[in-house]
Amino acid sequence: MAFVTDKSGFVPAVAPRSRDKAAPARRKSRRLHLGTFGYGLPLLIIFFVFWEIAPRLGWLSPLFFPPLSEVLTAWYAMLLDGTLSANIGISLQRAFIGFALALVVAIPLGFLMGRYSTFEKVSDLLVQTLRNTSQFALLPVFILLLGIGEASKIAITFYSSIFFLLINTIAGVKSVDPLLLKAARSMGTSDLDLFRKVILPASIPHIVAGARLAVKSSIFAVIGAEMLAAKSGLGYLIQNSQLMMETADMYAGILTMTFIGLIVNYLLVWFERWATGWKSPSESSPH
Amino acid sequence: MDRITVTDVHKTFQLKPGQFVTIDGQPSDSVTVLDGVDLTIRKGEFITLVGPSGSGKSVLLDIIGGLTQATRGTVEIDGKVITKPDPKTGYVFQQYALFPWRTALANIEYALEVRGATKRERTDKARYFLSLFGLSGFEDRFPNQLSGGMQQRVAIARALAADPEVLLMDEPFAALDAQTREILQSELLRIWEKINTTVVFVTHSIDEAIYLADRIVVMTARPGRVKEIIDIDLPRPRDGDIRSSTEFNGHRGRVWEALRDEVNKAQKDWALSPAYAA
Repeated sequence: MAFVTDKSGFVPAVAPRSRDKAAPARRKSRRLHLGTFGYGLPLLIIFFVFWEIAPRLGWLSPLFFPPLSEVLTAWYAMLLDGTLSANIGISLQRAFIGFALALVVAIPLGFLMGRYSTFEKVSDLLVQTLRNTSQFALLPVFILLLGIGEASKIAITFYSSIFFLLINTIAGVKSVDPLLLKAARSMGTSDLDLFRKVILPASIPHIVAGARLAVKSSIFAVIGAEMLAAKSGLGYLIQNSQLMMETADMYAGILTMTFIGLIVNYLLVWFERWATGWKSPSESSPH
Repeated sequence: MDRITVTDVHKTFQLKPGQFVTIDGQPSDSVTVLDGVDLTIRKGEFITLVGPSGSGKSVLLDIIGGLTQATRGTVEIDGKVITKPDPKTGYVFQQYALFPWRTALANIEYALEVRGATKRERTDKARYFLSLFGLSGFEDRFPNQLSGGMQQRVAIARALAADPEVLLMDEPFAALDAQTREILQSELLRIWEKINTTVVFVTHSIDEAIYLADRIVVMTARPGRVKEIIDIDLPRPRDGDIRSSTEFNGHRGRVWEALRDEVNKAQKDWALSPAYAA
């Protein structure tokens, strides 16, 4: 599974699997996926080996590029003294709260904008304007309004994730098969049930695809915000280590970020597969 | 006893601003699809509706189902004027319209869920209707794990699970292959004879119309009216062999006779208004 790059265009992200893929094809693609991993591994190992020996042989300044083993030692020390877990905890908390708030706002708003064209016509221009304003450009505003504390960090993660969710929810609502709506109405479905039982489940693949982008965006934003204005968190750790010229700690922080990114991405891929299991012809039931 | 009364139903579709069609050489910004349909359907009757493309068969079905409003005229079911989907009515579509995120069982349960049935009642009933269509063992399959014929069986089971007094079917077997089609026709008759609900069934196939119906309603070319109603007095229960009988052949001739001029008219109509087809 390739990592989805953050899309900044207007095109909403769509769940990557098509519904008519046959089961044998999926098994084959999973084997292929492991194969790709195997092919890619040597280059990654060469990269790490280079990182280890280049500073030792004087090709790179050990002051700016400490060998990988020193970075890992620094990482282990921070793990033992609790620095790492405390900073990971605070960063993820900020990212998650912002994302969760965005979810709560974006889904109902996306439903309204996707379903009622008047509502969309009225609000679309404002949404497009806000969504094309950099969250980092707004950080000073958030700090002015909300202070230097947690609220301004949560605001920036909220801002970074809401538009991915909103745009995808709108696209999801609009893509619901009109025939399903007609069928639901023919069975006497109320308006509320139409949202809950038809439009929401039909939009889930779009919403989950948006959530993947939103979570990544939220994590990236919290790192940036912590570098600019914070006294805790992984971003602060990275930035502060650089200022103190503790470069091994700095790289340890960066590597930690990378691994968190990888883990979160795989969790989301797994969640996406679980939530949209009905789209694949596998035997297993997702519920 | 009359179950459905259609009185002077008209339906005109207004086109979007700036759009025009050419009707009888004149530009127009609206299309009249139904032009005074009168029809009375008795309780427990099996009616098939045939007519050329554009004769408004599906629109008439939507109006009876309360999914579309007539521009003029009324539809009554058991004396009640229909303005919105009635809980007494079940609807089956050509493209199945199953919810792809629900299993076969959960799809049938949906019809009972929105009517507020208890979980136990829903499951029991959904299982019963699956077994009625020979789909026991497929409860947990999602629609895209089922063949077209099986999906349509689930869709019919879903419509029947709510005990409808009227079952509206819009070319339900048109997307299926010929063999599956004949099998499902027989299955539908077998189940209909058991539950005796009133059925209004739209089809393009004359054979299908004759095989299923008590009466065939032949519609005119657009704008649609009832051209002729043909009684099909073939004995029931009917089996597939009846299609090769002399009586069946006689009906085939009569239906085609009624339909031929309308089909020709419809073809000229479409040829004259390319703007509408585009």
